[in-house]
Amino acid sequence: MSGTFVGMPAFPKAAHDAVRNTTLRANLKHATHTIRDKRARAVAELDDWAALREAGKQIKDHTLRHLDHYLVQLEESVTAAGGTVHWARDADEANRIVTRLVRETGESEVVKVKSMATQEIGLNEHLEAEGIRAYETDLAELIVQLGDDRPSHILVPAIHRNRGEIRDIFAQEMGRWGRPAPEGLTDTPAELAEAARLHLREKFLRAKVGVSGANFMVAETGTLVVVESEGNGRMCLTLPETLISVVGIEKIVPTWQDLEVFLQTLPRSSTAERMNPYTSTWTGTTDGDGPRTFHLVLIDNGRTDTLADEVGRQALRCIRCSACLNVCPVYERAGGHAYGSVYPGPIGAILSPQLRGTASEIDASLPYASSLCGACYEVCPVAIDIPEVLVHLRERVVEGGEVTLRGTKVTLKPAKGHAAERAAMRAARWAFTHPAVLATGQRMASRTRRFHPRTVPGPGRAWTATRDLPQVPAESFRDWWQRTDGGKEGQK
Amino acid sequence: MRVALFLTCVNDTLYPDTGRAVVKLLTRLGVDVDFPAAQTCCGQPHYNTGYRRQAEPLARHYSDVFGPGLASGDYDAIITPSGSCAAMVRELYPRMGERARAEGRGDRLATTLAPVIPKTYELTEFLVDVLKVTDVGASYPHKVTYHPTCHGLRSLGLGDRPLQLLRAVKGLELAELPGAQECCGFGGTFAVKNSDVSSAMGADKVRNAESTGADVLCAADNSCLMHIGGTMSRLKVGMRPVHIAEILASTEEEPHV
Ligand code: SF4
Repeated sequence: MSGTFVGMPAFPKAAHDAVRNTTLRANLKHATHTIRDKRARAVAELDDWAALREAGKQIKDHTLRHLDHYLVQLEESVTAAGGTVHWARDADEANRIVTRLVRETGESEVVKVKSMATQEIGLNEHLEAEGIRAYETDLAELIVQLGDDRPSHILVPAIHRNRGEIRDIFAQEMGRWGRPAPEGLTDTPAELAEAARLHLREKFLRAKVGVSGANFMVAETGTLVVVESEGNGRMCLTLPETLISVVGIEKIVPTWQDLEVFLQTLPRSSTAERMNPYTSTWTGTTDGDGPRTFHLVLIDNGRTDTLADEVGRQALRCIRCSACLNVCPVYERAGGHAYGSVYPGPIGAILSPQLRGTASEIDASLPYASSLCGACYEVCPVAIDIPEVLVHLRERVVEGGEVTLRGTKVTLKPAKGHAAERAAMRAARWAFTHPAVLATGQRMASRTRRFHPRTVPGPGRAWTATRDLPQVPAESFRDWWQRTDGGKEGQK
Repeated sequence: MRVALFLTCVNDTLYPDTGRAVVKLLTRLGVDVDFPAAQTCCGQPHYNTGYRRQAEPLARHYSDVFGPGLASGDYDAIITPSGSCAAMVRELYPRMGERARAEGRGDRLATTLAPVIPKTYELTEFLVDVLKVTDVGASYPHKVTYHPTCHGLRSLGLGDRPLQLLRAVKGLELAELPGAQECCGFGGTFAVKNSDVSSAMGADKVRNAESTGADVLCAADNSCLMHIGGTMSRLKVGMRPVHIAEILASTEEEPHV
């Protein structure tokens, strides 16, 4: 089941169980609160944070506006540096390309550095079906893979696991994938790290093919950049003979200088570090150093469609720092799996329904997985107005409208299941544009107030299951105002 | 100074006491208050649930009700005791105008809404920024904790204005709320559509409030208070939700009960 999220239930249903899982909630609460406090401190150290945030936003917007130009420039630079560029319109095409490239090396194993793009397209499952084994080498990804689990956080995919669980997974599963865990493994961090190191070292030294993602691609030089904390990524990038990097087309920046902004904002926003421990850059191939063959697979998979949407396109500015997840009160309680995508949390709630469309149950429910509290927008280092996009996508769900699908403009019908709500909204709008109707309604509610139950059926039931309804007052304000002439008649 | 009170549909229907408190408070501070009777709803429930086009006539209605009084000089400002409704007008009305323009429907909506946008103030913001008072002469001998609602905090940027006002209240003991900046979980239709998560958020907010030992939790938005209060009532927590206007209106002679 790992990696794939097909046929997920709607968000409220998925969140229902997570909310009741007290261990999960405690793990998540602890982890997100620790990191959010650290992030706030790291950000407060910079007095030009607001300017950096604005600069990041501007660079990304500029690049997205001229994406066609920069992608062509990137292709030219990568080719000139000895690499080969492949274009993949969707997940299937990308998977086929990578499979073919691995086959051509004659290998049946690859090592991987954490890459969201390959998770998005389900590369590991695809390779497995084609007889090729992919080994995750990022520590958290390793835990997820060994546990036959799914990632639940952008930066810390195994955030939902505690040390005891990790120990059990290592002890039981490592042997099936390679070097077994040492006898008598305990759950101390040092022992767990050592077990992972021994297990992974063997993979690195044997692997002939590496698969990576990238945080950034620099158009002017054809350079790719990975930002990480463990150094395992650098092993994947330098040891194998063939390197295949699979990257979303929006990860591009025009020049090296642009990196100065993101290499400050990304680590502070994500791990609350002033600078991340490992920043690796690679450009094509070089004699006597690193991989002999380099392939760059650029994936679209819904990105140009997203780009066509004026309001929604800002989601493509995302640098995957995960700050929005860590401050989100909904993520904190629902957990990452409820979002049904490798992109959980607030960014997932706006990215998935754009990349995948709103046709499935889970994708249509994601725009509602937010109380619109705005904490995500506040922390986002590239100023993505996530609440704005959520509301925009809600509109798409309930009213339909024009969207771009695979490059063609189509008109979506309103999603099913919103008819009653739509009717209620129309009725409310009608009453609200006719003040007399509103006043009559209020008077009726006041007159019948003694008969109002504290729990109600229908859509109100969800409210009254856990909260008491307020009592309707004997008199609305407008009636009081009229009766007492704005309180001047004495009468309170 | 003469102002128009925009009480909001929720307050008008369910929380008239808040409205009476605003009238009492502003009158005491020498402000003339009018309540244009044709007012209804700012359109926030529609807009936030995805019915933007349905929110447009409500926004126009708001503008029709309050615009002429501003233009003729009858009112200097529109005051509302709801952070989220003030945010709707100030932050989202401009956006509605822009969207209409982007959809090729011209400037009509933007032009209609423009005059009311900068003149709409949330109550505490109006007191501190426009009237320039923090001591409103209130007396409220209770231990109170303050929940800064999300729209007040992040959309309007109210900052510590409400706290400045509360600190000046005679007899009031202010207790700091742990996790104050976290959303209470109301979020309009979110409270129904994602009831499980919303309830969990509400319960955490109530537990945090309870830990302060205060007997009153106050906020500048009755919608959030309805959710928090409903949770308090169900969890049998001995605290009361009270709108900040009612605290600021309370005096020694006429205490709030
Ligand atoms: S949306 Fe913003 S805060 Fe969230 S992961 Fe992307 S860049 Fe970070």
